[in-house]
Amino acid sequence: MMSMFAVEVPYWGQSLLRVLGGIVAVLLPAGTIVYVFLFKMMSFMQSRLGPMEAGPYGSLQLVAEVGKWLQKEDIIPERADARIFKMAPIVVLVSTFLLVAVVPFGPDAWFTNFEVGIFYALAVSSLSVLGILMAGWASANKYSLLGGLRAAGQLIAYELPMVLAVIGVVIQAGTMNLQQIVVAQNSGSIFGFDGLGNPYIFTQFVGFVVFMIAIQAELTQAPFDMPIAESELVSGYMTEYSGFRFLIFFIGEFATAGVFSLLTSVLFLGGWGVPFAWFGWTDVDSVANWMNVVGPVIMITKMMLIAFIIMWVRFSSPRFREDQLQRFAWKVLIPVSLGNIALTSIFKVVM
Amino acid sequence: MSGVSDFLRSYLTVGWFGIAAVALAGLLLWVSSLVRPSRPGHEKLLTYESGVDPVGEGWSQSQVRYYIFALLFVVFDVEVVFIFPWATQLERYGTFGLVEMGVFVFVLLLGLVYAWRKGVLRWV
Repeated sequence: MMSMFAVEVPYWGQSLLRVLGGIVAVLLPAGTIVYVFLFKMMSFMQSRLGPMEAGPYGSLQLVAEVGKWLQKEDIIPERADARIFKMAPIVVLVSTFLLVAVVPFGPDAWFTNFEVGIFYALAVSSLSVLGILMAGWASANKYSLLGGLRAAGQLIAYELPMVLAVIGVVIQAGTMNLQQIVVAQNSGSIFGFDGLGNPYIFTQFVGFVVFMIAIQAELTQAPFDMPIAESELVSGYMTEYSGFRFLIFFIGEFATAGVFSLLTSVLFLGGWGVPFAWFGWTDVDSVANWMNVVGPVIMITKMMLIAFIIMWVRFSSPRFREDQLQRFAWKVLIPVSLGNIALTSIFKVVM
Repeated sequence: MSGVSDFLRSYLTVGWFGIAAVALAGLLLWVSSLVRPSRPGHEKLLTYESGVDPVGEGWSQSQVRYYIFALLFVVFDVEVVFIFPWATQLERYGTFGLVEMGVFVFVLLLGLVYAWRKGVLRWV
């Protein structure tokens, strides 16, 4: 990460910069998604203007919201298990931070460069279930408990299609390292034409669709929002949360949406790269240094595109029923993604 | 700089990220505690059940169907752990690896078909 400044930064300095970068990488997508999509796009889709008072076009609404939430009383119900009740939102936030640690933003602009990057990402992404179950249980509320259990059942059911969809990408790239997956896509070619690289959305389209459906469910966005269903469970596991603890859940939800969008763009859309053939690059070492600055911009653009699709589906679809949800995961998505793996591996070996 | 490998250092970075998340949440909650009011009362601290006073315990036992789905999940998750390293090396293994994994997945698929025929995939 530091080579772009051409100075040797000591390890503690690097860690500090990485952590600051990580905080930005969590909060910036969360804030952007909430303002652009949740406030503005949803309003326009419903023929209203959304927030207009705070700042030009309501652009300072988020600042006002945080100011409001800071002043809210922190209520912990008498019957609740107070210690676990307090810990739960933090566990969700920690899972988001651990997840963003693995996303590459440029040839040298990465936080961690694990050999098993995508495997790690899938592992820590399921940590948030723990926080949600803790919240549901500790609230000592019937709605919360139901919501927490629904969330757990939903997240384990959709974890599998997500992981199986990723395996198609891993087979094609031949690596689990996210940096090398990006390089493999951008240095690839489609039938000898390398002007586009080979983003896996073309060859792994089935995997892409399954992955998008699965992250929609993992993020508990409509049509998969049974765990927080406002009209039946009164926000489910968040019923008893108020004030800033609720806001932490909220930030965690949208930050995770941002990070999953980033991961999707790495896996299927070519990540931070531009097709290497444009500039005659061959591997990650020959990529020009300015990609460390342009790369994050490309990543944010692709993240907005994916997040737009997630939010679009969220705003325009009604909720599934709980049994339909499970049936869809086990009887449609898992067989389809297994078939995708079989086809991909046959193509890989034969061609 | 010396002594710690890059590998372990990556995991240390993950540790810093975890600590940063806890610190950030703690900081925000602390700032909030400076400005927010605190006026607890019995009515306010009551469990919320749409305005009706709560009846019975909020904690209860959950149904067995969760346990069956969890079991199925474990079976397939373990399968995935084996598929990942195989997927990275598929080019080297060639047809041998393909047939080998085909047999492995087929056996597990039989498990899914069995569960399907038994009707435990219905959430009722």
